[in-house]
Amino acid sequence: MTEPLLSVRDLRVQFPTRRGVLTAVDGVSFDIHPGEILGVVGESGAGKSQTGAAIIGLLEPPGRIAGGRIILEGQRIDGLTQEQLRKVRGRKIGAVFQDPLTSLNPLYTVGRQLTETIRTHLDMSERAARARALELLQEVGIPGAADRLDAYPHQFSGGMRQRVVIALALCANPRLIIADEPTTALDVSIQAQITSLLKRLCREHDTAVMLITHDMGVIAETADRVAVLYGGRLAEVGPVDDVVNRPLHPYTEGLMACIPTTHDRPPRLAQIEGSMPSLTAMPDGCAFHPRCPHAHDRCVAERPPLFDHAPSSAACWLWSSEGTRTLERTRA
Amino acid sequence: MRGLSGAMPPPIGSAHRPRRWDLPAGTAMIAFIVRRLIQSVLVMLTVALVGFALFNYVGDPVNNLVGQDTSMEDRAQLREDLGLNDPFPVQFARFVVNAAQADFGISYRHGRPVEDLLIERAPATLELSLAAGLFALLVGVPMGIYTALNRRGWLSKAFLTISLIGVSLPTFLIGILLILIFAVWLGWLPSFGRGTTVQIGWWSTGFLTWDGLKALILPSITLGLFQMTLIMRLVRAEMLEVLRTDYIKFARARGLSARAVNFGHALKNTLVPVITITGLQLGSVIAFAIITETVFQWPGMGLLFIQAIEFVDIPVMAAYLVLVAFLFVLINLIVDILYVVVDPRLRVGGGGGAGGGH
Ligand SMILES: Nc1ncnc2c1ncn2[C@@H]1O[C@H](COP(=O)(O)OP(=O)(O)OP(=O)(O)O)[C@@H](O)[C@H]1O
Ligand code: SF4
Ligand SMILES: [Mg+2]
Repeated sequence: MTEPLLSVRDLRVQFPTRRGVLTAVDGVSFDIHPGEILGVVGESGAGKSQTGAAIIGLLEPPGRIAGGRIILEGQRIDGLTQEQLRKVRGRKIGAVFQDPLTSLNPLYTVGRQLTETIRTHLDMSERAARARALELLQEVGIPGAADRLDAYPHQFSGGMRQRVVIALALCANPRLIIADEPTTALDVSIQAQITSLLKRLCREHDTAVMLITHDMGVIAETADRVAVLYGGRLAEVGPVDDVVNRPLHPYTEGLMACIPTTHDRPPRLAQIEGSMPSLTAMPDGCAFHPRCPHAHDRCVAERPPLFDHAPSSAACWLWSSEGTRTLERTRA
Repeated sequence: MRGLSGAMPPPIGSAHRPRRWDLPAGTAMIAFIVRRLIQSVLVMLTVALVGFALFNYVGDPVNNLVGQDTSMEDRAQLREDLGLNDPFPVQFARFVVNAAQADFGISYRHGRPVEDLLIERAPATLELSLAAGLFALLVGVPMGIYTALNRRGWLSKAFLTISLIGVSLPTFLIGILLILIFAVWLGWLPSFGRGTTVQIGWWSTGFLTWDGLKALILPSITLGLFQMTLIMRLVRAEMLEVLRTDYIKFARARGLSARAVNFGHALKNTLVPVITITGLQLGSVIAFAIITETVFQWPGMGLLFIQAIEFVDIPVMAAYLVLVAFLFVLINLIVDILYVVVDPRLRVGGGGGAGGGH
């Protein structure tokens, strides 16, 4: 297998608060390979955004990386200074946020925001940067891009603004884009367009994407592999086909039961009985045990590590070497 | 004025973030300016009414003009001549027309046209206000930025503490303290007056002599201190708010330098509301100059007004009132227009308008 573009190992993100230390991301590990789209799913508060923010070094204080490693192209990028991280952000890792209406500075033209970003990372004259800005706008499908270069963000619709945001993320041709719910704030009719745009561009540029979303439908259509987060922990990670059709983890099974078969708007996650525990009241052992139909004594007492069952892995005792499902599988 | 304000003008004078998002562009902008003009005229008429009321109902204008021994017939004649027997609307209209031509009658005390007195005194007040405004801006804005960017630094805390003192001490006390320290104890700066001034046409300036500049320092600090702390707190609050926005996070995520993010993106967005408030503060600086001018015996319009009160010199009082209100209204108007210049969302004929669809 090729060297991964990004390796996250045992990532731990904590928020020291007055009521004690909250662990928002707790021992999460995954790889993203070059050009691959990794979908990250999980309920609200599962730690998806914090994982993304930790990777690009934009955790909001007092949030901090309390453990683990983040390795980009063989180099550790956790623990870099802000100035060093700046050369990673935008240059190696681009970002797309949820709300295109607030992602752009209202006081500058989109052309200016593009050229500024281009010139921050690439050694280009203003004129060359402007030519590149125009190319990017054309690439993301802004009609009449040449005339729109000097328009202000408020003169674009939401969908068009998200295209501009994507163009901004692509300015320096990064190897990875972290897209945190890039379509959640958009009209349903536009969501699919933006997702397929993202998919197409990344294929063309060989850019990998970490696609954070609530929407299993988007994942099923777009991602190559999927990571499922639950309560700040990784529940399961594997190729999209396996995770969707042959899930290992009982939580993933529950999630997949919610995917509609039609292409109507897929429902949000969490159709499973009960709700995800809050960070302040994380149960001992497996975080999912209060809701799990297969919970047994060990689940309550001990936290399951990630068990490898190629091509997927799951953090569930059913899949330990003596777990019931492992045994079933070997028998079959 | 409430009914008139409608949805259009930014809420002037409130330290709150103006609702600039609601403002429509294009032709509505012209309607906005027209409406603001009408509003301004109404404000001025209201103030004129107060000035006029002063004239006619505080004391007897005839009594103020004539000696003790004037006969009843002469007084009645004078009354008739002055138009004081005319119906109220006629008298008020006359007052307004005269005021619009900067004619406020004769000062009871000085026996000279009020407008001449004001013109003579205006440069002193305007120069003092300008110096105070500049001091407030040039010190307040950087301090606001600094305290926002270094929120936990000890220097920020020191600035905030000092600013709290600046806000809570009354102006006259600050003036007296400054005089005590820098004029009496240290003897570095003069304690009163404008120093040497130079006459340029009808304008007398203290900016051109060393002496005049030295005389400006203490009064302008006294006058500007309150505004400075206000601007500092405003810049700080706005900047902190802007730094939390998505577009700042996104600017960081694009790898822009801290300088580009803080000064290119955050500061510019901070300045939009700051311009409004600061502009309006300039109006109040001119009005508040009364106290500072009194403490420093600064020969400006404020001092003229205080002296006019002592002598019940009604024409001077009325004129000062109308003039200060006029400056306020004028500055308001300019600020509103500046606002449109800075914020592209408010510019007339905003290009693509609804945007290119999906
Ligand atoms: N500033 C903060 N202080 C304390 N806890 C925080 C802070 N920011 C986030 N958290 C916690 O981190 C956890 C993970 O948040 P995160 O934003 O990663 O969730 P998410 O999976 O992205 O959810 P959503 O789908 O709602 O965006 C949440 O439970 C939240 O309470
Ligand atoms: S470890 Fe136990 S409780 Fe957790 S998911 Fe597996 S079976 Fe359920
Ligand atoms: Mg999130």
